[in-house]
Amino acid sequence: MSPRARMVVFGCGAAGFAALLAWGLAGLPSFGHFDGAYGQLLAHITVPERKATSVIAVTTFDFRGFDTLGEEFILFTAAVGVLVLLRLQRGEEQVPADPQTPREPVAESLSLRSVATALVGPVLVLGIYVVAHGALTPGGGFQGGVVLMSSFLLVYLAGSHLRLGGSRPITAMEVAEATGAAGFVLIGLGGLVLAGTFMENFIPAGTRGSLLSGGDVPLFNIAVGLEVMGALLVVLGELLDQRLLTRKESD
Amino acid sequence: MSALAYGVAAWLFLVGLYGIVTSRNLVHLVVCLTVVQASTYVLLLAIGYRSGAAAPIFADISPNRRVVDPIVATLTLTDVVVEATVAALLLSLAVQAHKRFGTLDPNEIGALRG
Repeated sequence: MSPRARMVVFGCGAAGFAALLAWGLAGLPSFGHFDGAYGQLLAHITVPERKATSVIAVTTFDFRGFDTLGEEFILFTAAVGVLVLLRLQRGEEQVPADPQTPREPVAESLSLRSVATALVGPVLVLGIYVVAHGALTPGGGFQGGVVLMSSFLLVYLAGSHLRLGGSRPITAMEVAEATGAAGFVLIGLGGLVLAGTFMENFIPAGTRGSLLSGGDVPLFNIAVGLEVMGALLVVLGELLDQRLLTRKESD
Repeated sequence: MSALAYGVAAWLFLVGLYGIVTSRNLVHLVVCLTVVQASTYVLLLAIGYRSGAAAPIFADISPNRRVVDPIVATLTLTDVVVEATVAALLLSLAVQAHKRFGTLDPNEIGALRG
């Protein structure tokens, strides 16, 4: 299809879709006047019942915990999918460790290396803070996991590009991912054993504002933080590894 | 003002779709898809907004304070995770397409096939 014909088809489709979208949006509650009873109920029973102050964290890991279990396994499956898609294909081979091939980074930047090195520690602490305070303030396992992942990415930026190929602790990343995913299910099973229902909160709610308030919500946050960090590192590691792969000309 | 948030959601969706249709590079195409998905975050959060309300975090506000809907915020979190996984899988497919066809231009990949 020529680009012109494609634009005409897209223009017609987009105009029709925009009209439908406008019609649909016009039927929504007007901006600022949403009146969903369920959300307001959750917002006002969270602190009295669970003692945790972040309604979003408690909704994610407690009231809607079963959904989050599925969400976690979407992430797990996607990381496995990336591994399967990117693993050594037939006809591919690892670039040999030949000193002749230009494997050094194109440019080495001292400022990048020093800034990255200086940031590794603070970003790691920030990630742990965001995971640990998930039940109290904005943040939690998903967000903190991404921050933790970026601290490891800074190690990569601070180091030389290709030296990481040999020492990259891929096994440790996979273990972190699997521990997070399994930990989530095990905490859920703890509810089944100790409270009679899968994912039931079986840990005392604690006192409002303390780090361990919310029962099992902090534990879920830690499990998810590990899972997110591991999954993203596995995916990034695999994508970065692709630099080292070549395809045989004969194939 | 009231329609602005919904308008932004619709605009993001359509502009992302335009990018996908006209894309000349598979990586660019994946980024355009994330723009489309960003419109769903704006839409979800706009639906749950209540005027004059605070975020549903009771760490430093009165328990009786009017707050925005926490359900849509949770759904947005799920949405972000799904977006990240979709982007990761599509980018790995783009890597494989580049290895197989030596190009990232979707048009040229089609030409090689046909």
